[in-house]
Amino acid sequence: MASAVRDLELDLDAFEGPFDLLLTLLLKDALQPAEIDMAEIVVAFVERLAERDELDLDACGEFLVLIAALLELKARRLFPEEEAELSELEPEEAAEELARRLAEYRRMKLASVWLRERLAQEGGHYFRLGPAPLAPAPERRLAQQEPLRLVEAMRALAVEPPHVSLSHMALRFPPVAQFVERFRAVLRRRRRFDFDAEVQGLSRVEQAVAFLALLELRKEGEIDLSQAAPFAPIRISRAEPAETACSDTPDIDDGRMLQWTARSA
Amino acid sequence: MDRPLRLISSNPVDTLARTIEALLVVASQPLGLEELVEATADDVERVETALGLLRERYCEGRSGIVLQHVAGGYAFAAAREAAEACARLFERPVERGLSQAALETVAIVAYLGPVSRPEIARIRGVAADSAVASLVERGLIAEAGRESGPGGAVRYRVTSLFERIFGLESLAALPRLDDIGEDQAAIRDRLLEVAEARAS
Repeated sequence: MASAVRDLELDLDAFEGPFDLLLTLLLKDALQPAEIDMAEIVVAFVERLAERDELDLDACGEFLVLIAALLELKARRLFPEEEAELSELEPEEAAEELARRLAEYRRMKLASVWLRERLAQEGGHYFRLGPAPLAPAPERRLAQQEPLRLVEAMRALAVEPPHVSLSHMALRFPPVAQFVERFRAVLRRRRRFDFDAEVQGLSRVEQAVAFLALLELRKEGEIDLSQAAPFAPIRISRAEPAETACSDTPDIDDGRMLQWTARSA
Repeated sequence: MDRPLRLISSNPVDTLARTIEALLVVASQPLGLEELVEATADDVERVETALGLLRERYCEGRSGIVLQHVAGGYAFAAAREAAEACARLFERPVERGLSQAALETVAIVAYLGPVSRPEIARIRGVAADSAVASLVERGLIAEAGRESGPGGAVRYRVTSLFERIFGLESLAALPRLDDIGEDQAAIRDRLLEVAEARAS
């Protein structure tokens, strides 16, 4: 066996190991062919060929013969009825069965001869072939109608519909500065607080803006942020004195902050 | 002249026959009796009488057009005497080059249909894939559901074009299977004779 085939390592659902071991197990009935996905073996072989980057015709030939034999074996095991049926018959019964099949085929063969003769007779009749013409669309008949009722219906449809306000659907972005001031006020009262508790009850948009305000305060060194684990509560505390000293300087451009909104972010 | 010459008969059945004639000229498929009755808004007996009239009028030797009762309906076709002229202008692609394998396959489908490809292969003893594909392409057979059970094979039946090509009123016009082919017992006896001759 060509080495490319023999050494082919397989990792299938029902088997893991070299191809030649798989063949041995199948031939010894230690493995059922029905359990083996032949397509996976073919894919493994093709991948091996691609890795080697050269076409080994001997190996391909060997592989084709082997995989064809395996497929035949699998097919026979999957559809064993007919083989079993005939092998289980007594010679006379087998002859009877064979005669039945031959008679059936013989009848069909003679029927085909009859059809050929019929075709020769009818060959002289030419006719038009084509799709069936379309049937006319069914006519829709309306009952007698009152024109005034139609006018009323049209008038009802022509009335301007009431204006529906969509103002509640617009997204409103509160300024970030509003939350910056709010958090500063909280931190003046308390040394630390939880973000979730502070923004509880606010809309999602307001919570997002509040978070941006936190980031802004952190950037300016006014606060420290901590979180024990992903998705754990965010804890905000006043920055260390050394850093707060820095924060005494007006390093937040209040004018810019007031202008800065989540929308611009 | 004592009596005026009447070119067009005013017989009501004759008028009905002319209407049917017109319908058959327009139709590209055979029209069934029910369709003719519906289209002419007349009763069955009168339509049948009118068809009889047309059959007499359009028959071989009397007209270049013949009225055929095929594929469960009525249709016009060219008369045989015009076949040679027709062949110079037109083809009959459906039956051209129909192989023996295809004829055997279509015979099996006609007699046993709906029937699957594996059944056809079992009867013929060889794969029927290409014969079936060719017959489907020609429009002589068509899919007719699947065998029961998961992954059931597609089953095939013959089409009305098959009946028209072979000039059959319906599948009932096929000869009975019992009337054709050899007796099973005769085949069995012959098989046994051959087996005995080989053994000796």
